[in-house]
Amino acid sequence: MIRVDRLHKSFGAVRALRGVSFDAPDGRITGLLGPNGAGKSTTLRILYTVFKPDEGSASIDGADVVTDSLVARQRLGALPHGSGLYPHLSARENVAYYARLCGLDSGVVDDHVDSIIKLLEIEDFADRRTKGFSQGQRTKVSLARALVHDPQNIILDEPSNGLDVMATRSLRELILKLKDAGRCVLFSSHVMQEVAALCDDICIIVDGQVAINDSVDGIRERTGCDDLEDAFVAAIKLVGDD
Amino acid sequence: MRTLLTVFLKELVDNLRDRRTLASALIMGPIFGPVLFAFIINLSIERSLDDAETTMDLPVIGQAYAPNLVRYLESRNIDIVAGPADAAAAAAAIKTGLHDVILVIPEAFGEQLGNAIPAKIELYSDSANTQGEKEARRARRALNSYNRQLASIRLSARGINPLILRPINIDDIDMSTPSGRSAMLLGMMTYFFIFAMLMGGMYLAIDTTAGERERGSLEPLLSLPVTRTQLILGKITATCVFMAFSLLLSLLSFYVVLRFMPLEQLGMTPNFDLRVVVAAFWLLAPFILLGASLMTLVASFTKSYKEAQTWLSVVLLAPTLPILIVSILTLRPQLEFMFIPSLSQHLILVDMIKNEPLNGLHVAISVVSTLTIGALLTWVCARLYRRESLLG
Repeated sequence: MIRVDRLHKSFGAVRALRGVSFDAPDGRITGLLGPNGAGKSTTLRILYTVFKPDEGSASIDGADVVTDSLVARQRLGALPHGSGLYPHLSARENVAYYARLCGLDSGVVDDHVDSIIKLLEIEDFADRRTKGFSQGQRTKVSLARALVHDPQNIILDEPSNGLDVMATRSLRELILKLKDAGRCVLFSSHVMQEVAALCDDICIIVDGQVAINDSVDGIRERTGCDDLEDAFVAAIKLVGDD
Repeated sequence: MRTLLTVFLKELVDNLRDRRTLASALIMGPIFGPVLFAFIINLSIERSLDDAETTMDLPVIGQAYAPNLVRYLESRNIDIVAGPADAAAAAAAIKTGLHDVILVIPEAFGEQLGNAIPAKIELYSDSANTQGEKEARRARRALNSYNRQLASIRLSARGINPLILRPINIDDIDMSTPSGRSAMLLGMMTYFFIFAMLMGGMYLAIDTTAGERERGSLEPLLSLPVTRTQLILGKITATCVFMAFSLLLSLLSFYVVLRFMPLEQLGMTPNFDLRVVVAAFWLLAPFILLGASLMTLVASFTKSYKEAQTWLSVVLLAPTLPILIVSILTLRPQLEFMFIPSLSQHLILVDMIKNEPLNGLHVAISVVSTLTIGALLTWVCARLYRRESLLG
């Protein structure tokens, strides 16, 4: 369960977030949608605790991301945008490093690593050094790394960027599997079809503010648009009219 | 503690597989120093040999006016060759570097000598040219001794004891020991050791911030349930281990190189046996922490890997500064100097090589002050690692 409450964040004169609030409940997939520069990544970065909010608060399973950030991070698996791997380590070693850093006992590290490698279907290249991996392979390993400690909450920042059709498909299947396992999945995207196909709830952010936050059907209803893309444009206009 | 160990072991494996890190840790630092050193020593051996034993060519204009002088110079192992046409041509030849030194004997030389008026001769040279100046000094020395010889003959001819011109007899007694003479040249070894040490950890220090950031692995790393202090301490520990390894390698490679150097020919017997190698390692070891944290600190301010490399090459030179200043001013070891890292190690190491008794207080101050500054810089690194702007 992820809770975001009136987040404000400025970088110098740029006001990136102006009071963003939303909830991402367990067992549901929440999509963070918005044009480039709307504040999606900044929100997620506050959630996985590399940024601190100027105002407002956020919590992961009740643990505040500022005052209780170690607990919050323990309950969290994050895939930041453009995640990089260690090129001299094999895929398996990359994942095992994160498993150990997440505090898994050395006795169970191998089991966890094996099962996540199986889940993400990366056995074929698991023991190769990650130098020269394709974007799809890299994303899969980064995901395995983020999920190796079985986090209840999963944050993915533009996970499908640079993936081909097959890789996007298997990513979608994985996200659905996580949802069925009762996890809380929060991901950002600007690809409309992806969001429409996957999400239970959608939070549209424009100019550092939440334009609309509802279930997919709720959004269609409120904007009066059947097509989600039209609804998106309508939502952006909503903020512009303020 | 477990996190620190995990980070440390990962950095160790990661960097042992990185050819660039290995090259700089195992080859660049440890091998570059001794090779350069061997080159310099061989050069100075060659130079010191050619002084007395080799003959030198001296172009002379107007040989015909001073046959005795020419004969005298030839007896001093100086080959007289034909010079340029005239004095103006001689000046030009010196300027262009065609000749290093030219002797000009005017036509009036014989007549002035006969009349016991100081006979004028001209010696052209360029004092800014060190090699040329050496030849000029040798020619000047030969001319001076000819001068004294003539004076003695004149006094004897007038029935005066020539010794009357030498009221004082100066006898130079050189008290430097062969080990002591070694120290002057071997003093630059300290810098090679520190250089090798820093090279060994350079790429790890860059990787801690700029490297991780550029690869995109910093952000996911920071989202893990570990404190940033644990991360940076693990990384600095790994950097230190690589640096210690490079330091040990460079000490050993110097030890081997010195076995094969004909240093006795320079009148040197450096005290650099295995016992000194071990002592030198422990003397220089405190500088490892300082170097590692300094490089990590500098790299953390840079925006990219390339920029970090540029700045760290400046850091590589920083330890030379105190050594250079003290060498130029030829200052003796003093208590205050022991508070300055790199300088204190240099002065104590020189004493070791000279085989002089070590001052326990000096060693203690050197170790404690270097470690303190290192710990302080590490603390600053850890503070900076918590900044938001770390992500760039």
